[in-house]
Amino acid sequence: MLMKILNLIILLVVPFLMIGIIRKTKAFWGGRKGASVFQPLYDFVKLMKKDFVISKTTSVVFRIAPVIAISTVLFAALFVPMASGSALINIPAGLIVFAYILGLGKFFSLISAMDTGSSFEGMGASREACFTSIVEPAFFIVIASIMAMSGNYTFDSLSQILSSAGSYGVLITIFAVLALFLMILIEGCRVPVDDPATHLELTMIHEVMILDNSASDLALISWGAAMKMLLISSLIANILIPDDASALISVALYLLIILAISVIIGTVESAMARIRMSHVFKYIFIMSSFALVVLSLVVARMFGG
Amino acid sequence: MNWLKTKNNTKLNLSDIPELRMGDLRKEIISLNKRPVAFFGKDWGLGRVKLFVVLADDKAGELYVSSALFAADEKAYECITNEIPSFHIFEREFYEDFGIEPLNHPWLKPVRRNQDKYPFFEMQGEEVHQVGVGPIHAGVIEPGHFRFMCNGETVYHLEIMLGYQHRGVEELMLTQPSNQLAESVCGDSVIAYNTAFSQVMELLKGVNVSDKAQLIRKLALEMERAAIHIGDLGAIAGDIAYLMGASVFGVTRTLVINTMLEFSGSRFGRGLITTGGVNFDLDDEKIERAIKTFAKVEKDVDRMAKTMLKNSTVMSRLEKTGTISTERAIEAGFVGMAARAAGVELDSRFDFPDKWIKELDIENKPFNGVGDVNSRFKLRYKEVMQSLSIIRKIFEKLKEFKNEPINCGYEVMNKENAKDAFVISIVEGWRGEVVHIALTDGSGALSKYKIKDPSFNNWFVLALAVRNNGISDFPLCNKSFNLSYCGNDL
Repeated sequence: MLMKILNLIILLVVPFLMIGIIRKTKAFWGGRKGASVFQPLYDFVKLMKKDFVISKTTSVVFRIAPVIAISTVLFAALFVPMASGSALINIPAGLIVFAYILGLGKFFSLISAMDTGSSFEGMGASREACFTSIVEPAFFIVIASIMAMSGNYTFDSLSQILSSAGSYGVLITIFAVLALFLMILIEGCRVPVDDPATHLELTMIHEVMILDNSASDLALISWGAAMKMLLISSLIANILIPDDASALISVALYLLIILAISVIIGTVESAMARIRMSHVFKYIFIMSSFALVVLSLVVARMFGG
Repeated sequence: MNWLKTKNNTKLNLSDIPELRMGDLRKEIISLNKRPVAFFGKDWGLGRVKLFVVLADDKAGELYVSSALFAADEKAYECITNEIPSFHIFEREFYEDFGIEPLNHPWLKPVRRNQDKYPFFEMQGEEVHQVGVGPIHAGVIEPGHFRFMCNGETVYHLEIMLGYQHRGVEELMLTQPSNQLAESVCGDSVIAYNTAFSQVMELLKGVNVSDKAQLIRKLALEMERAAIHIGDLGAIAGDIAYLMGASVFGVTRTLVINTMLEFSGSRFGRGLITTGGVNFDLDDEKIERAIKTFAKVEKDVDRMAKTMLKNSTVMSRLEKTGTISTERAIEAGFVGMAARAAGVELDSRFDFPDKWIKELDIENKPFNGVGDVNSRFKLRYKEVMQSLSIIRKIFEKLKEFKNEPINCGYEVMNKENAKDAFVISIVEGWRGEVVHIALTDGSGALSKYKIKDPSFNNWFVLALAVRNNGISDFPLCNKSFNLSYCGNDL
């Protein structure tokens, strides 16, 4: 019970800290002091207190989309084992629900962007839809392959891969972690795919879709986006944390891995330029190829000699 | 004689300038085929309009001046643009100001007025969409409307509609000409504008400027160039989300403009230059400090630029983005940095050299750009280095003129202007040539003041540069030119 409460606290608070740590890392590499790591949390509180400005051109879709965005992420989070190694809802093939609940949230954010009638937001929605369609299969391949090895198709089985499959397990772990890390950068709208810090509406992907959102809508969307990053990071953490670690150690390891991922994202953002929009596909295909490596390793392990 | 040949920074008598019929002048312009520097009308009384043309032979360092008189009932002429495309923007401006129509002009659209009647180029089709940006933009920049005709992510055509910053500067110059007004025309080219204005006024008033003041002006001009180029290198890095470049160049630019603050009390050099000289002297202590600062600037810019040019992710963004071919650059009459980056060696510092180019032993190596964002990045880097070396030489030279006066007193502005004069001054600002032309009437009062910013020629470059590029690369192309809205709108 205690672990479940802890998981909930992590789910609600750590997304802000992740963003805060990424920004702090970027500030460090840029030679600046940077804002406090709690700044995203302060921003959230500030936005929650503000009044809405809603464009006259929008319909009800625009109003409900932010709520759907945050509730789908929260629902999806129930399927992911976080610090404790065990999810709140643990059903076979939870993966399918997880992916499509997130897909539903994304669908609403896309049509909400289209709903504003802005040409920028239409472009952003088109880019987001395009990239998602390539990311999604790769995600399925990685996670489903690992689950197939354990045979019970739950997220809890992720943590068994490193210990149970021998040298195959190590290889699978490496490629799965790489694929998921690239997925964080894509889904989290980070450099080199997107630039969360830019003010250039013509180059944005995720940021441009929420140009019209304000106040608590904006706060919920930003929170949800950060939470999504945390969920994918949690999958990485679960693959890396050994199955037999004690509760205390696994919580410590979990937080350490999340911290490491945040720092690495911040460093990647500082060290490289954003890639050209037309080259983003190539970048996403790298993730797909890692996913296929995982699949082939799993096939080799299960059916090979 | 159909042309009056002259040099930069000269005073001509209005009566010496040949006056032709427009038909003849048009033939002359086409047969001479030189680069247009100015092409503007002046109200000549009784409904008549006089058109002045200044062409430049950059290799020989010579200017050609001529004019044509339009009678009150002459309201059209056959346009020159179809023969020499670089006249397109000049003829548009002339039409807008005086209503004299260049017939068969292929792109006769407003320049800085009548935006509500702007005829946008239209495209139709299933996949085609339009994206309108501005006039109010994200971030703190000037107003201007951009309309993209796109096919998916690819830009077919970009229309740029300006004029939101039109303040009537040229008219104001007639009633209250002052250095303060000149340096407010375009906030990032304070020194270039003020130098050009001061030179025009000094020629009109027959004042000579001391060597020391000339050197300080030149110093300020190169500092302005270095500061803006470094800032723009940082902005290019920022646009491609290369954080380190944005931070380092941002910090380094501050060092340069803070030195300017120390010299003149303004980071952009406002109030430094005055008609007849400069307002602030440099003592040894200030110079020593500046030399140290610039040594650091040079080191930092060099290191950061080299790091960026080695980074593959940066290069993949800069190379082959927003390319302008050399032929296109010559044909459309681009000037300054934009032209040099496309392989057209145009630099009025060296094309119309003053005595200091020789005395300071400043050499100009050709750049051989290929016209993409990468070329413009490298050109800015090269010019920062060049400016810093010129600055070093000027500091050295300044020691020889310790006891010279820096200006000729503040009564200079009250002196009488030469009568019936035509004065032209071209200064190479960081963007390109800043052209100031003043005409006086029989009483010596200013009767026409014409300003041409390099952006006036160059806005069309941006439209050409983004064709067939991704729309998401537009901000990067834009930043690599960093054209002026207020310099165009006046």
